[in-house]
Amino acid sequence: MLYREAGQFKTSYAGDMAIFPIRQDRIGLAILLAFAFVVVPLLAYFEIGPFGHDYIFKAILIPFLILSLAAIGLNILTGYCGQISLGGGAFMAIGAYAAYNFSLRIPELPLLFSILLSGGMAAFVGILFGIPSLRIKGLYLAVATLAAQFFFDWLFLRVPWFTNYTPSGSVNAPELNFFGWVVNTPAERYMLALMFVTVFAVIAKNLTRGNIGRQWMAIRDMDIAAELMGIRPLYAKLSAFAISSFFIGVAGALWAFVHLGSWEPLTFNIERSFQLLFMVIIGGLGSILGCFLGAAFILILPIFLDQVPHAMGVPLSVETVSHLVYIITGALICFLLIVEPHGFARLWAIAKEKLRLWPFPY
Amino acid sequence: MDFKKWSLAAAAVLAGTAFGLPAQAQNEQFLPALVYRTGPYAPNGIPFANGVADYWNLINERDGGINGVKIVFEECETGYATDKGVECYERLKGKGPTGAGYFSPLSTGITFALTEKAPGDKIPLLTGGYGRADSRDGSVFTWNFIAMGTYWTAADVAIQHIAKELGGMDKLKGKKIALVYHDSPYGKEPIPLLQKRSQLNGFELLLIPVTHPGVEQKSQWLQVRQNRPDYVILWGWGVMNSTAIKEAAAVAYPRDKIIGGWWSGAEPDVAPAGDQAKGYKALMMQHGAGRYPVHDEIEKYVYARGKGAAKPEEIGHVLYNRGIINSMIGVEAIRTAQEKFGTRPLTGEEIRWGFENLNLTAERIKELGFEGMMRPLKFSCEDHEGARFARIHQWDGKQWNVISDWYEADDSIILPIVKETAAGYAKEKGITPRDCSKEG
Repeated sequence: MLYREAGQFKTSYAGDMAIFPIRQDRIGLAILLAFAFVVVPLLAYFEIGPFGHDYIFKAILIPFLILSLAAIGLNILTGYCGQISLGGGAFMAIGAYAAYNFSLRIPELPLLFSILLSGGMAAFVGILFGIPSLRIKGLYLAVATLAAQFFFDWLFLRVPWFTNYTPSGSVNAPELNFFGWVVNTPAERYMLALMFVTVFAVIAKNLTRGNIGRQWMAIRDMDIAAELMGIRPLYAKLSAFAISSFFIGVAGALWAFVHLGSWEPLTFNIERSFQLLFMVIIGGLGSILGCFLGAAFILILPIFLDQVPHAMGVPLSVETVSHLVYIITGALICFLLIVEPHGFARLWAIAKEKLRLWPFPY
Repeated sequence: MDFKKWSLAAAAVLAGTAFGLPAQAQNEQFLPALVYRTGPYAPNGIPFANGVADYWNLINERDGGINGVKIVFEECETGYATDKGVECYERLKGKGPTGAGYFSPLSTGITFALTEKAPGDKIPLLTGGYGRADSRDGSVFTWNFIAMGTYWTAADVAIQHIAKELGGMDKLKGKKIALVYHDSPYGKEPIPLLQKRSQLNGFELLLIPVTHPGVEQKSQWLQVRQNRPDYVILWGWGVMNSTAIKEAAAVAYPRDKIIGGWWSGAEPDVAPAGDQAKGYKALMMQHGAGRYPVHDEIEKYVYARGKGAAKPEEIGHVLYNRGIINSMIGVEAIRTAQEKFGTRPLTGEEIRWGFENLNLTAERIKELGFEGMMRPLKFSCEDHEGARFARIHQWDGKQWNVISDWYEADDSIILPIVKETAAGYAKEKGITPRDCSKEG
C-alpha cells in the first residue's frame, strides 16, 4: 500500500532514466543518507547510545564502509563483467602501498590525490593482469588472478623499497590531512570513509547503468554474441579490470590509512581476496546494494555472534565461541546460498515485489 | 521465505544482547586479555593465556585483589590476526569503571597496530619480549613497555652464546650463521641487529624467510643443507617451530647447532618433533620451565578451588610461566601506581605511570615467589625494557635444561640502533620525544 508507484508518471526522458525512478525509493535513500551523514555524527558528538563509543565506528562502521567499497570494485569485475577474480587482496595492497609511497616520497602532494593516484596505479596493474582474460575464461582466469595475489604478496614482502626499508616490513600511515582538515577522531574517519564510499557508489551505479555497464553485462551473459553485436571484448574487459581495480585500490588505501594506521603485507593476503569474493557472491552478483549487504553479512555477523554468548551471560570459553562463530557463519552461508543463490540483493528485490502487492497478494 | 519468523528471531537475538549489558561494580580494575586459543598459533597461545588468567585469579583469591581492588578480566579471541586483534582492542578498551588497565596482545602484528592507537586512548601496552624493538625508547614510545628484553636483546644474546660455544668473539669471523625466520614483522625485527653484528664480528649472515604460518619449509631447509651454515638461529612461532625442527632432522642438520629465539623455546615447539628435537637449544626470556613458590600458591588458591585455566600438568611450562610473569609485572605496576594515586581502580594513564616507575627488586621478586625465574627489573622514562638478560636452555627429549649462565646483551651495539630507529619513527609520526630528565 505504501510502496506503490501508481500515479507517479514520467513525463521526461530524464525522469525515465533516473537512478531511482520510484519516489518511495528516493525518500528511503534520502532518509538513509541523512541518517548516515547527519544523525550518526550528531549522535557521536553528543555521545548518545552506541554511537557515543569508538567501538561502533572503529570496529564496525569504518571497516564495513571500506570493505563495501572494495566489494563494489570486485562486483564490477565479477558481477557485472563476469570475470572471476581472486586478486582483490592484491589490488587492495597495491592501493595501500602506492598511497603510502606517494605520500612518503612526494610530501607536497595532497593526500586526496595520493589516494586517487594509488587507485590509478591499481587500475594500471589491473589492466596488465586483465590481459590474460582476453584468452582465458572462468576458473582458468581465476587462477591467473591468483597469480597477481601471490606476486604482490611477494613483492611487498621482499622488495624493501616499497616499505621504505623499515626493518620489520610494517609501515605507518601519515597524518590524514585533507586540505587542512585533519582527520583524527573515529567519527571524522567514519565521515571520510562515508564520503568516499558514497561518491564511488554513485559513480559505480551510474557506470553500470550506462553504455559501458551494458557492454560489461553483454560480455558476461555471452561474450560471442556480444562481440557479434559490435562490442569489443578488449575494451569491455580491460575497462572492467581497470575500473574494478581502481575502486579496490582506493579501498585498500583507505583500509590502510583510515582504518588500520599501521599494516604489513599479511593484511592483504589471500584470505582478504576470498573475503571480498564471498561478500560479492552472498550480497548478490551484479548489484551495488548487494555489496553493502554482503559486506555487512561477512564482516559484522561474526563480530556480532562472537559477542552474543558473553552479552547474554552464557559462560562459554572464548575458543568455544570462536569455533561456534565459524560453524554458524558457515552454516548460514550454505543455507543462504541454497535458499537464495542470487544473494541478498535478490532477497531484497523479492521483498520489494511483495511490498508492492501488500496487502492484497495474488 | 517466512519473513515473520526471521524478524522475530533477529529481534530476539538483538534484545538478548541489549539486556545482557552487565552491571558494573565500582571497586574493580578491568584488565583485558587478547588471547588466541584457536588457529595455527594456538598451541603457544593457550599456555600463555592460561598463565595470565591464573595469576590474576591468584591475586583475587589469595589477596582479594590488588590491595583490595578486585581484578575483573575478559578474554577476546584474536586468532593472531591483526584486524581481529584491533576489533578486540576496541571492544575491551572502554570496559570496567576506569577502562582497560593495559593490553598484552602477544602478537607483534597486533602490537604494531595498537602502538598507533594506544597514545590516543591513553592505555599502556605491556609487550614482554615482543613488539617493536625500538619501543624500549620510552621518550618516543611513551605507552609501550617491552619488559624483559627486545628482539634485539634476544638476537644479541644468541650471537654471544654462539661465540662462547665457538670459544670467543673472535672465532665468529668467517663463520656462517643462518636466520630462519617467520616472514612477518615478528620475524624480521632481529635482522638489523644481526646485520650489525655480522659487520662487527665478521660472520656471514644468511636470511631464510618462511611464509606464514610455516607448515611448509622443505625448500628453506634444503637451502640450509646447500649452504651448510655453522649455526641456525630459528625465529619461529607456533606450528612453524616444530615443523622447522622436523625439517632440520630430515636434512640431517644437527639440532644442537640450532638456537631458537625465546618464542621458539617452549614445550609445544619441541614435543611434536619427538626424539628429533633432542639437543635443540633455545633462548630463555630470563625464565625457563619449572616450578617455583608462586606455582604452589596458584595450585593452593586457584586450582584447589576449581578456578584454574590450564591442565595441572601444564603448570610450570615455559609459556605458562611467561604468562604469569606478564601478569605479575602488570599487577605490580598497578600496585606501584596505587601508591601514588590511591587504592582504587586506576585509569590507563595512571597505570602507565605505575609501569614507568616500577622497580622489581630481588627482594620483591622473592616475596612474590618468583625467585630464580627472573632478575630484577626496573623501568624508567628512557628504558622501557627494564633488563637485558637471557640464558640458554636445551631440550633433552623430556624437559628443558638450563645450560648457560646469564648473558647480558651488549647495549653499546643495541642502543645506537634503538636511538636511530626511534628517532626515525618520531619524525615520521611527528612526535616530540619527551625530555626524560623532567619526568618524575
